[in-house]
Amino acid sequence: MKEFLLIFRREIASNEPQPSPEQMQASMKLWQDWLGGIAARNKLVSNGNRLYSKGKVVRPGNVVTDGPYVETKEAVGGYSILRAESLEEATEISKGCPIFSLMNGNVEVREIVPM
Amino acid sequence: MKETELIPHLFRTEYRKIVSVLCNLFGIEHIEIAEDIVSDSFLLATELWGLKGLPENPTAWLYTVSKNKTKDYLKRNALFAQKIAKEIRQTTAVLEEMEIDLSTKNINDSQLAMMFAVCHPCISAEAQIGLSLNLLCGFGAEEIADAFLTNKEVIYKRLNRAKEKLRAEKIKIEQPTLPEIDKRLETVLTTLYLLFNEGYYSTSQNTVLRKDLCIEAMRLNLMLIENERTNTAPANALLSLMCFHSSRFEARTDINGAVILYEDQDSNLWNNELISKGEFYLNCASKGDHLSKYHLEAVIAYWHTKKGDTAEKWESILQLYNKLLQMEYSPVAALNRTYALSKANGKQEAIVEAEKLNLSGDHLYHSLLGNLYSNVDNEKALEHYQISLSLARSNADKATIINNIDRLAVLNKSQQH
Repeated sequence: MKEFLLIFRREIASNEPQPSPEQMQASMKLWQDWLGGIAARNKLVSNGNRLYSKGKVVRPGNVVTDGPYVETKEAVGGYSILRAESLEEATEISKGCPIFSLMNGNVEVREIVPM
Repeated sequence: MKETELIPHLFRTEYRKIVSVLCNLFGIEHIEIAEDIVSDSFLLATELWGLKGLPENPTAWLYTVSKNKTKDYLKRNALFAQKIAKEIRQTTAVLEEMEIDLSTKNINDSQLAMMFAVCHPCISAEAQIGLSLNLLCGFGAEEIADAFLTNKEVIYKRLNRAKEKLRAEKIKIEQPTLPEIDKRLETVLTTLYLLFNEGYYSTSQNTVLRKDLCIEAMRLNLMLIENERTNTAPANALLSLMCFHSSRFEARTDINGAVILYEDQDSNLWNNELISKGEFYLNCASKGDHLSKYHLEAVIAYWHTKKGDTAEKWESILQLYNKLLQMEYSPVAALNRTYALSKANGKQEAIVEAEKLNLSGDHLYHSLLGNLYSNVDNEKALEHYQISLSLARSNADKATIINNIDRLAVLNKSQQH
């Protein structure tokens, strides 16, 4: 079994309305049902973390810019780690991620190099 | 209590106490001597009480006889006296006055110390349960063999190997310190959890014995809660879980020992007193910010004490299983989560998820699919029940599956008309 990092990306809109508690509840259920399903197959290594949208980027020469979204409106919103036989299987699992319907985001699937 | 019942009863309740106190005194390397002395006292009781009638206070009699036998043993056995006397820093002269403290407090302290010694990670979980049953619960090898569905010789060997290991590793029986408790309490709780499950889910037909295992696990767990240092949130959560589960003990098997599925249980047989106790300990468990798997399982069990199907109930159970599985995978949790999924999100979604579980060697997996396919595709349901039947090993499991197949046939008939 290999391990894969799933990077969840979403578009950051500057004037996004704050979701209602009901919307948050509904979105949480979709994420939890998806992660729970992966865990039920014993394929979840870590449910990872979700990230705040605010951040800084540090570049050579002490250049600091606001926000992760310098070149693109997309930003990393979180990550999880899976266990799968192959990149294909990890990709297949990622197709069930609620990020597509919830926030028009995407999932990057990367195999982790064992150390 | 009749005399014939009294000695087995005292053996169950007092043997372990005296053994713990003596082991605490001698050290784990002399466990057998402690056991021999106490067994001897019981043997003497059997002979004398039959001839002369019961003493006024049988428990006190046993304590006094065990104390005297211990002192005699220490005095007579020069080698032993040399070896142990040094360890317990006593000389033969002081042995005369040596106090063998069988006060309630010392008994409890000794049993707690013993519990932590027995649950040492150097021995296997199976052996920990066996030793706990033997030394802390006063179960004989035959009863343990019965509970584990194996024979006495296997258990004898297992117990002896474990004792040998504890001796070789020089494990000390001592009051656990706070850092020790932090490190080992988790193993102690796991052992109690397994001990309880052994009773609750065991396929042994001996209902009395199975109930005893559950009661013993709860008694030991309560002992942890009564001690300030081990009265932690996870310990309370585990006891809460055991209370909720055992509230259904009477309702979950029929007279033939076949398991009655949750949805078919007569909820009038659920024990309300145990449910309230479970709620009490669950409250105690919610102090502090540590969330253990026992917390999640206790809340799942709490929801199961609510009668009837509501959307809130099954949605809550599903989310708790989602969290539990993210914390720690187990096939049973995966199957139960999928059942909750069918109740919360519908059978179609649950069938898709179930087929991904990769548990096709497990009879419970096929029973779950049999249940999910019932009323959706009865032919497939029957197929899965039949695979389940071929994989099941115990008679109780087989009886449960046959009940399901019969029910499916009734369902089919009613749909044809």
